[in-house]
Amino acid sequence: MSLELKNVEKKIGLDTHIYPTNLKLEKNTINILLGSTLAGKTTLMQIMAGLDKPTSGEIWFNNENVTGMKVQKRNVSMVYQQFINYPNLTVYDNIASPLKITGVSSDETKKRVGKVAELLKLSGMLNKKPNELSGGQQQRTALARALVKDSDLILLDEPLANLDFKLREELREELPKLFENRDCIVVYATTEPSEALLLGGNTATLQEGKIIQYGKTLDTYNKPNSLVSAQVFSDPPMNIAKIKKSGDQCSFLQNDIQWKTNLNIKDGEYKIGIRPHNITTYKEGNNTLEIKGKVLISEISGSESLIHFTNGNLNWVSLSNGVFQKNVGDEMNLYMNTDEFVYFDQNERLVSNG
Amino acid sequence: MNKTVNQKAWFFVIPVFVLVAFNAIIPLMTVVNYAFQETFGNNVFMWEGTRWFKQIMLSERFHASLGRQFLFTFIILFIQIPLGIAIALTMPKEGIGVPICLVLMSMPLLIPWNVVGAMWNIFALPDIGFLGHSLNALGFDYNFTQQIGDAWFTTILMDVWHWTSLVVLLSYAGLRSIQPAYYQAAEIDGASRWAIFTKIELPKMKKVLTIAILLRFMDSFMIYTEPFVLTGGGPGNATAFLSIDLVKMALGQFDLGPAAAMSLIYFFIVLLVCWVFYTLMMRNEEKS
Repeated sequence: MSLELKNVEKKIGLDTHIYPTNLKLEKNTINILLGSTLAGKTTLMQIMAGLDKPTSGEIWFNNENVTGMKVQKRNVSMVYQQFINYPNLTVYDNIASPLKITGVSSDETKKRVGKVAELLKLSGMLNKKPNELSGGQQQRTALARALVKDSDLILLDEPLANLDFKLREELREELPKLFENRDCIVVYATTEPSEALLLGGNTATLQEGKIIQYGKTLDTYNKPNSLVSAQVFSDPPMNIAKIKKSGDQCSFLQNDIQWKTNLNIKDGEYKIGIRPHNITTYKEGNNTLEIKGKVLISEISGSESLIHFTNGNLNWVSLSNGVFQKNVGDEMNLYMNTDEFVYFDQNERLVSNG
Repeated sequence: MNKTVNQKAWFFVIPVFVLVAFNAIIPLMTVVNYAFQETFGNNVFMWEGTRWFKQIMLSERFHASLGRQFLFTFIILFIQIPLGIAIALTMPKEGIGVPICLVLMSMPLLIPWNVVGAMWNIFALPDIGFLGHSLNALGFDYNFTQQIGDAWFTTILMDVWHWTSLVVLLSYAGLRSIQPAYYQAAEIDGASRWAIFTKIELPKMKKVLTIAILLRFMDSFMIYTEPFVLTGGGPGNATAFLSIDLVKMALGQFDLGPAAAMSLIYFFIVLLVCWVFYTLMMRNEEKS
């Protein structure tokens, strides 16, 4: 089983929503479409599902051309950011709705609805109507509707985006389990890098209608093929700086801080990306670069502390474990882990991972 | 939590209270005053207790006009609500067609009641009116000034023409507020057009339809100007709806006591029907 997009392009009027895209998704995989709002995630999913036709290009499923085939014939299910359920049907009837149309017997329906309701912790509320449920339960119902039929393709379009923090965390942890041992391809769109890392599988980074990079989630994270891909897959945003290299010495263009590299690339100017968690208030790794910083903003996020600071004409964002508050204008020492610097050439393509 | 006590807040309430008193409470109380007394000239009143109420409740004339009123309202709701929904469903969802349809739909709503009555009167006249003349030319024996059926037909047609747009606009707004994802989800399920209508569109339109039915009920139940101009309540009393009958009684016969009692009964019927209907429609809705 596989889903393949061949040169798929989508234009609406003069606007190109999806640039020609090639993508092959394999059976039993979770595939994450990671990108900001309007990157084309939803459009791409709708094309995959058959809800929308590509302007040109083909969609192949199991070595069969399914371009333009109606969604009803495609055995897909989809979960949306909004909690989409039939408003006047009970939770039970909502979950059973995809089965009714395909003519599954009522005993079988009962069994399958019961099973999926248990999986999603909905067993106690099968007789309620959607508007009597909390947001989290409504989305669980929508997820149950998607899982109850054995779809070949399950599409989830930012399913957690409208949930509050607690519920999102809770459901996010359950999600990977839900897709285990299912004979299907899962496509999951999200704007949050942390969600992609948690779900694992494969990740495609998207920007402005283009797939920038596709590969195993960790590979995509660790070896971004370009600056754009690295930025899409970094939250808080990556620090970017221009540097020059000569021999094994590197230094920033804006100041004279230097460090050694064993990268085997030719001398010249480059750009580097440093993820905020590789700039810390404590030494981490074998090769650290100590710099003095003047605090601009300090904020606490969960059990981590974000410090925006300035050093030698450059502004940096650092992310350290632990909760602490710094005052604006404080001078402090910070450490950059030079092993984790990501080097890009002038065209913002990856040169090599340091 | 401790609430602050500040009696000065009454100054915010009093102006509204005074306004409402002058435009609603005082006129209403005047009517209540008339309803319990016999009114002579020169501010001479005589207490009559509930006599006028008993008289009205037992009056065949009131029963007849109330019956006509309910029949009329029922017929126009039965036509306008489904027709309004149907038109809203066929209206374009995007493009230049949207404003064109919306403006065309609003036109009848912008025409004053008495003008609508006068327009339809002329339009339906059997000798010179386009509708009346055409119908007669086609072989129908049509004359709304003389035949009861024709008078009802014309009055209902006029009301449908005038007010279906309101239902259309409300339904259209309700339909447009349904997120596209609902239709996609239904498409994925393979739901039929009818299932989409009954399982998604109707439940999602429930609130606006409740408002549409309430508005149309109240308006049609209190209809006065249009039939007054069109038929004057005739032929005979065939289209004398409650308000027309009421005005005849109050200003034609100058029976102020019975007319006031009838107004109050009339008012309570409208209130009761609206309250019952609204409560029934909303009983399953969220409490929030």
